[in-house]
Amino acid sequence: MAEKENEKKESEKSYQEQRFKLFVSSSPHIRDKDTTQNIMLTVILAVIPIAIYDIYLFGWFAARAFFWAISGALLTEALIQRLKKSPLTITDGSAILTGMLLAMCLPPRVPFWISFVGGVVAIGLGKQVYGGLGHNIFNPALVGRTFLLLSWAGHITKDYYEKFSVDTVTGASPLFIAKQYYLGEIKVDLTQFYQVHLFKNTYGSMGEVSVILILLGLVILLFRRIIDWTIPVSYVGTVFLLTIAAGRDPVFYTITGGLLFGAVFMATDYVTSPLTRRGKLIFGFGCGLFTFLMRIYSNSQEAVAYSILLMNALTPVIDNYTLPRKFGAVKQT
Amino acid sequence: MVRTFEGGVHPYYYKELVRDKNIIKAEIPSRLVMVLSQHVGAPSNPLVKVKDKVKRGQKIAEAQGFVSANLHSPVEGTVVAIKPSFVCSGAKNPSIVIEVEGLGEEERMEVKENPTPQEIKDAVKEAGIVGLGGAAFPTHVKLSPPPECPIDTIIINGCECEPYLSVDFRIMVEYPREVLEGVQLIKEAVGGNRTVIAIEDNKPEAVEAIKREISNFDGIEVSVLHTKYPQGSEKHLIKVITGREVPSGGLPFHVGVLVQNVQTALAIKRAVKDGIPLYERVISVTGQAIRSPRNFIVPVGMLASDILEQAGGLKQNAAKVIFGGPMTGMAIGSLDVPVMKGTSGIVALPKDAVEPYPETDVCIRCGRCIEACPARIMPNHLGTFGRLGMVERALDYNLMDCIECGACAYICPARRNLLQYIRYAKAKSRELSKK
Repeated sequence: MAEKENEKKESEKSYQEQRFKLFVSSSPHIRDKDTTQNIMLTVILAVIPIAIYDIYLFGWFAARAFFWAISGALLTEALIQRLKKSPLTITDGSAILTGMLLAMCLPPRVPFWISFVGGVVAIGLGKQVYGGLGHNIFNPALVGRTFLLLSWAGHITKDYYEKFSVDTVTGASPLFIAKQYYLGEIKVDLTQFYQVHLFKNTYGSMGEVSVILILLGLVILLFRRIIDWTIPVSYVGTVFLLTIAAGRDPVFYTITGGLLFGAVFMATDYVTSPLTRRGKLIFGFGCGLFTFLMRIYSNSQEAVAYSILLMNALTPVIDNYTLPRKFGAVKQT
Repeated sequence: MVRTFEGGVHPYYYKELVRDKNIIKAEIPSRLVMVLSQHVGAPSNPLVKVKDKVKRGQKIAEAQGFVSANLHSPVEGTVVAIKPSFVCSGAKNPSIVIEVEGLGEEERMEVKENPTPQEIKDAVKEAGIVGLGGAAFPTHVKLSPPPECPIDTIIINGCECEPYLSVDFRIMVEYPREVLEGVQLIKEAVGGNRTVIAIEDNKPEAVEAIKREISNFDGIEVSVLHTKYPQGSEKHLIKVITGREVPSGGLPFHVGVLVQNVQTALAIKRAVKDGIPLYERVISVTGQAIRSPRNFIVPVGMLASDILEQAGGLKQNAAKVIFGGPMTGMAIGSLDVPVMKGTSGIVALPKDAVEPYPETDVCIRCGRCIEACPARIMPNHLGTFGRLGMVERALDYNLMDCIECGACAYICPARRNLLQYIRYAKAKSRELSKK
């Protein structure tokens, strides 16, 4: 009985204490577990297998490129947020991710300052000038990559050709070889590239070393529901089908170049892709169409990067025309 | 086949805290606060004065106008004050305060054998029955649709899609027969040729209990639905069961449907067949911060603090107490607020389940709120417009179609208080249209 009394007293005491400590807010009072930060961390997790493989293949060069790209991105983010006197958000993981993705758009043997400048530009011109996370129009990593390409094309592409010319007879990228082949200028068996790209492709950007690892990343992102299938499938599917229609080898065109890496990690960027599923399908289709056209009809090596940037610019328009049909939008009877 | 609607979220339900606890009667407290606006519509008009003696079941306040409801005393006692008191929303509303003397003898309403539809509606109105699912809309109004909109389908809502709460579930398990009798009365009152009891597939025991009794009744079917929040939303339930979409700004009777909650059906049975007015209801007292979570029958007007005491009290780590479920309920600032007819539960959450107000509020355009929105509108844009006070832009983006389910804010990884901004915009737009 005395125990019961005590317990009652205690609970009464706790009311007195709690009375002024109750937290009041608007509903809902429970939240999903996913936060911006752990979404970013999951994407980082999805690209880490590729990064590890890069370091395994290229050793010090790859580690150096990653280090300086991430440093450039983080320092720029911190510096600009400091100048703007806005809260410091480098712990949300988005700048680290941008740095990693940028490094993966570069060949492994770039000078350290190239990757550093790339990181600075990606965050500075690609993201913070628009107002920071969530406000940028273009994919920051691709902005960084494009800036580097236009400024120091030699550094970005030199590695590419040199390394490749050691392995095979010609001195060009696989996509260029394919172009010559279909123009009837050379004779070559395109299927020899399949295995190389699946497992160990050492003559492209660091993100393209292995199709298997990109697909592993895709599985992680899909499984954790960070992205849905719409953009990767509509993007790659469009390229695949158009290539068949053009009478070319669709598998070759799918696995070479930056297409898969771009479709899985770049085109799916939340901020720069449309909001609705319908919009995402259109976005993926547009990326695929432009990639196909640029690959077949232009001399640019940048089909994937430019297609995604182009569609980034069209995202607000797509969003405007793909508003969901609201519930109850039926004729009143 | 398990059917469902577009959108929605899958929160963790925490139903296990009270789903197996029998409904027990709460001990009568020493004081009750009977708020005069328990329901949607005009507040009721007090029929008693200070120092008046009241009996259990006595009508103490009368409906004012059609959309309003009567109020009955759940106890024998004395009126000690008629004054504004705090309610769960934080506002102060006029209320009758009763000093309790005991249960005493019960005053019952007149019971009619084989009542006509009109007599059923009258009894429901007299008993002060309102929607017990949470909205507290006067039931007699719902039972009287305009003649040009006849009802052909009645849906009894036993979804209980709110996490934590197990009120409708327990009622279906423990009183299936009385619920079905209430459903039968609703059928008799409004007609219609199809009657469906909708239950989510995470409540197999309830489905079983109802199905055991259903053979005694004619033309009532059970429909088992996919478990998803907000499955119990009236308009979405109608869409799932009948395939009809209530037009934007319209009401269920516009598509010939009437939706009633399970507990409302039970209250209708008790009013019409037993003559007991609505003065008590079943609530779940649950949450990780409650010492012993339980399901109680509580008198309307009982203070949260009295109820919590009977559930063992709050744990030391309690940080938030919610009237209703955690998705749509109201967090209370003081425990001295009364349970009302529309209060379906009291949920107490511990500190680690309550997130502080976010420091940053940046949309990363993931689109999850749009995927989750059952109203198929764009909470991300509405949230921004609401925050900036851009009411007209928000109206362009279908602000008023928001059903305030909270799925958007629940799912938002950036922790934007989307629903709060939307409510702000709605309130502001109502203010503007008044001017």
